[in-house]
Amino acid sequence: MTARTLLSGLFAIGLGLVGLGTAPAVAAEGERHVHDFSFSFEGPFGRYDQSQLQRGLQVYTEICSACHGLKFVAFRTLENEGGPALSEEAMRAYAAQHEVFDVALDDTRVATPTDFFPPSNVPNAPDLSLMAKARAGFHGPAGLGLNQILFGMGGPEYIASLLTGFTGEEKEEAGTTLYENTAFGGYMAMAPVLYGDDVTYADGTVATPEQIAQDVAAFLMWTAEPKMMERKRSGLTAVLFLTVLTVLLYFTNKTIWAPHKGKKHG
Amino acid sequence: MSGIPHDHYEPKSAPEKWIESRLPIIGLLYNTLMIPTPKNLNWMWIWGIVLTFCLVLQIATGIVLVMHYNPSVGGAFASVEHIMRNVNAGWALRYTHANGASLFFFAVYFHIFRGLYYGSYKAPREITWIIGMVIYILMMATVFMGYVLPWGQMSFWGATVITGLFGAIPLIGESIQTWLLGGPAVDNPTLTRFFSLHYLLPFVIAALVVVHIWAFHTTGNNNPTGVEVRRTSRKEAEADTLPFWPYFVIKDLFALVFILTIFSAVVGFMPNFLGHPDNYIEANPLVTPAHIVPEWYLLPFYAMLRAITFDVLFINSKLFGVIVMFGSLIVLFLVPWLDTSRVRSGRFRPMFKVWFWLLVVDFVVLMWCGAMPPEQPFVIISQLGALYWFSFFLVILPLLGVLEKPKAPPATIEDDFRAHYGDPGEAAAQGSAQPAE
Repeated sequence: MTARTLLSGLFAIGLGLVGLGTAPAVAAEGERHVHDFSFSFEGPFGRYDQSQLQRGLQVYTEICSACHGLKFVAFRTLENEGGPALSEEAMRAYAAQHEVFDVALDDTRVATPTDFFPPSNVPNAPDLSLMAKARAGFHGPAGLGLNQILFGMGGPEYIASLLTGFTGEEKEEAGTTLYENTAFGGYMAMAPVLYGDDVTYADGTVATPEQIAQDVAAFLMWTAEPKMMERKRSGLTAVLFLTVLTVLLYFTNKTIWAPHKGKKHG
Repeated sequence: MSGIPHDHYEPKSAPEKWIESRLPIIGLLYNTLMIPTPKNLNWMWIWGIVLTFCLVLQIATGIVLVMHYNPSVGGAFASVEHIMRNVNAGWALRYTHANGASLFFFAVYFHIFRGLYYGSYKAPREITWIIGMVIYILMMATVFMGYVLPWGQMSFWGATVITGLFGAIPLIGESIQTWLLGGPAVDNPTLTRFFSLHYLLPFVIAALVVVHIWAFHTTGNNNPTGVEVRRTSRKEAEADTLPFWPYFVIKDLFALVFILTIFSAVVGFMPNFLGHPDNYIEANPLVTPAHIVPEWYLLPFYAMLRAITFDVLFINSKLFGVIVMFGSLIVLFLVPWLDTSRVRSGRFRPMFKVWFWLLVVDFVVLMWCGAMPPEQPFVIISQLGALYWFSFFLVILPLLGVLEKPKAPPATIEDDFRAHYGDPGEAAAQGSAQPAE
């Protein structure tokens, strides 16, 4: 929380002018209600919660993957430390549950760790690999980008809100059933997927719809940004070293100029 | 190079003499680095170094990105994801490159508005200014083509909208558009030619940067007072200036490193904040995004393009919008001749100051309008914004020279420096044993 505020302040000073202009205009159509869920990976010191990512993988596998795909994510990355961190055996076993089409064999075969998750099964179900970044358009209010800077609002909040945002209203349009969703801001083609008791978590976490929605949203944040932990670590190192260098250069500059300046500012 | 009297390099050792008589490169470097620089330059004079750094950063990261990128409609988007996921530190390269473009424009806008405020475009620095403007236009072309390369939704639709502008030109427009795109619509030929040019233009920019520096090293830097360095004697010139090394190199480095600290925080903690989320969706010619918007640095001009919702005489609104957008840049080229004031620096121009800051506000407001959907009240605000933009350059700037009564600038740079920092003699007398040299 403090870290986030600190960063916001830093950013506000540095790019105040820019902030005014960074406004991909997404918020215009319909009334959207995105709840500001709290995720462990928010802020400059935020980290993925490995157990949450593992639960999210389970939700994805048991629910989402019926229609959606993750074509940019390789099975081997499930083992990565900055991700779900499955054991090698678990990762290999997970990959082996899938079949992939092999161009060389001209046939399907059991997937190996270097293969990728299958693409979407249903033509109009989008691939979810990057969804958490593709739906991060919370640059409000008035396109000023404050929601994202101050509250860390982004794609995962949208995904979790979408999954829990069905009102139960339906309508027929051109032979397709559409479902009203408050996060989508209208009627969408995707049917509600969470009804309660949808999955059983091995770690004993109670699988409320809110819990499931947040777990899978966190998992999808990881699929979209698998190097986030590494990035924040490097970012922090860079900021610390450059701060030290800034201070050193400040005094160097002051010393060099001192003989040429009088008492007023000397 | 400079007309300001100063030390020139004299080769002393035999190897130096040997080299210097064949290729005077040491002398060139020495004279460039030791150029007398007005000692009253303020913090707005640091952006040149930041910009030079940005250019090097973009070329360096860009060259490595190219090694892993696949410039084809089928492979571009996936190759960017390959960079983000599989290439060692690929995420760092790409995020630095993408945010580096933002830093580049952030710096160039400060640099340009600094030039406007302190009258850096006025005689004898017109050529420096115009080359700077050419660099700026090339930067916009480069960044636009670079944005197409990830082949996301905004890449595709941005390219469609911007190349469509050329289609508005009567008679030859559609042929030009087809020629630019390499076909009837944005497709593989468009991507490959944009990729080629995106690689080429930065080197053209680099060459122009050399010319830009050459030009102002010939005239000498402008400074916050707009008063020229005295050139009548070596002693007077030395009272007005200090050599670039070490005084300004260290000062600029300090500023650069401070800015890079903030830049690192952006890259490390919020690398996607300045980008459009839709660009994480692969380009799809069949699905148009709800709102097509360029990156933040092009928004003011995009706002002026969209501000024209009405026909003017026989010119339809689309063509007039294009004319207004390109015109808003062309007026910048003409500034050296539109400004009629005898006084160079805005510091001594009470009326100009007010209009100048209004122009800055106008620019920011237009940027905001460019990001908003093309509906009221943003259309009318954009129209007023565009009107002010042109009025400032075409009406206010020429008139101010006649109407305004400027204050008297200080006689010399030395006076200005002393008024601000006091007399260095006092400080020396205060106890430091440094020789007064």
